[in-house]
Amino acid sequence: MTEIPKGGYAARLPQNHPVALYPPYRTSVKRSPQAAPLSFPTTISEETGPVFGHDLLGPKDADLLHNFGPQDQSAIGPRIVVHGRVQDQFGRPVVGALLEVWQANAGGRYRHKKEGYLAPLDPNFGGCGRVITGPDGSYEFRTVLPGPYPWPNGPNDWRPSHIHFSIFGAGFAQRLITQMYFEGDPLIWRCPIVGSIQDKAAVERLIAPLDMERTLPMDARAYRFDITLRGRRQTMFENRMEGL
Amino acid sequence: MTDHPETASQTAGPYVHIGCTPNFAGIHGVYPEDLGARMITGDATGERITLIGQIFDGTGTPLRDAMIEAWQADANGLYAGQEGADPHFSGFGRCPCDAEDGSFRFETIKPGTVAWPSGGTQAPHVNLWIVARGINLGLHTRAYFADAPQNDSDPVLGRIEHSVRAKTLLAQAEGSGVYRFDIHLQGPDETIFFDV
Repeated sequence: MTEIPKGGYAARLPQNHPVALYPPYRTSVKRSPQAAPLSFPTTISEETGPVFGHDLLGPKDADLLHNFGPQDQSAIGPRIVVHGRVQDQFGRPVVGALLEVWQANAGGRYRHKKEGYLAPLDPNFGGCGRVITGPDGSYEFRTVLPGPYPWPNGPNDWRPSHIHFSIFGAGFAQRLITQMYFEGDPLIWRCPIVGSIQDKAAVERLIAPLDMERTLPMDARAYRFDITLRGRRQTMFENRMEGL
Repeated sequence: MTDHPETASQTAGPYVHIGCTPNFAGIHGVYPEDLGARMITGDATGERITLIGQIFDGTGTPLRDAMIEAWQADANGLYAGQEGADPHFSGFGRCPCDAEDGSFRFETIKPGTVAWPSGGTQAPHVNLWIVARGINLGLHTRAYFADAPQNDSDPVLGRIEHSVRAKTLLAQAEGSGVYRFDIHLQGPDETIFFDV
């Protein structure tokens, strides 16, 4: 049977992503598949995905400074705005993308029952937030700058300051979880989780620059983090080779 | 046409629950309920089933910190958002694996067959996506139903070069309406993962 190329999602390029097996990140050793993955063109199963409306969001979902503690309290730590644009690899804005974020507090402590780091919890900081991109693919949320924290990998490994992002585009094939790092952090290039990405340019795209233009004077500094998801090829010629 | 490189994936880490299922993580009062907690949202059409399983690492130990997401068609083979799709079925489920035994569980509907791009149909399947500490890029796979006659003509199952591995994509009936789909990340029983 002859396979006819379709619109579908453009294939993921491995060089843009971390390798599955990266022994310096020790947990990857027994959690990485060894067999080659199975390839097939995306179908409706991968080209569709859950889509979430703005009615999902509560009024404080994008304000991690205030969405956990009592009404008149705020989290402790350097106050920041994180903003950016979600686009696909062809430069088209991804409208209505749900971004979920989570992070440690300013001292590097996560609010999680399995976390035992001696830095204290902040009673006014939960560490989760979510936002949906607007008509131009842009998003923005407020939080505190997370602190670095030690983790049981090598004998003295520290994660750089980071915010985790989970992103839903329009199709399940676009599903992505990543981490945002902060400009100038000397821990970035020492981190084995960052090191699982072999291409330096791909790492640099995860580092958010300080954005003084968007900074709120006397309030919060801003960082800009743009995100690129996989894109769909044109589907105009559904039954013909592209370019014919 | 400008080509922008896709943003690199990174592991979800051990605390993925804080962001994706905060109520499960013990963070209450921020979101009324965790996203994907219910796939059946009303009087949905179709056969109710329970999909259960565990995710094992290369030593055979279940992962107790993984998160798994399901995306599937309704009983008529339509995905939420498609015209005519069942309004009482979201098609999307998200489950944090149990902190003790690593089990996951989806209360769902048996999906119908869905179209294949160049004609024909795909056998009923649930698309699954797995993230966890130690997994650098989320893993895509599918649960098919071992007792479905359509499996013989499924185009994806038909692509598997080593047919001995096909069984890793088959959920086995285990009592009435319950299907078990265990996932092995590595080793002799390694599940087939996709680079769709």
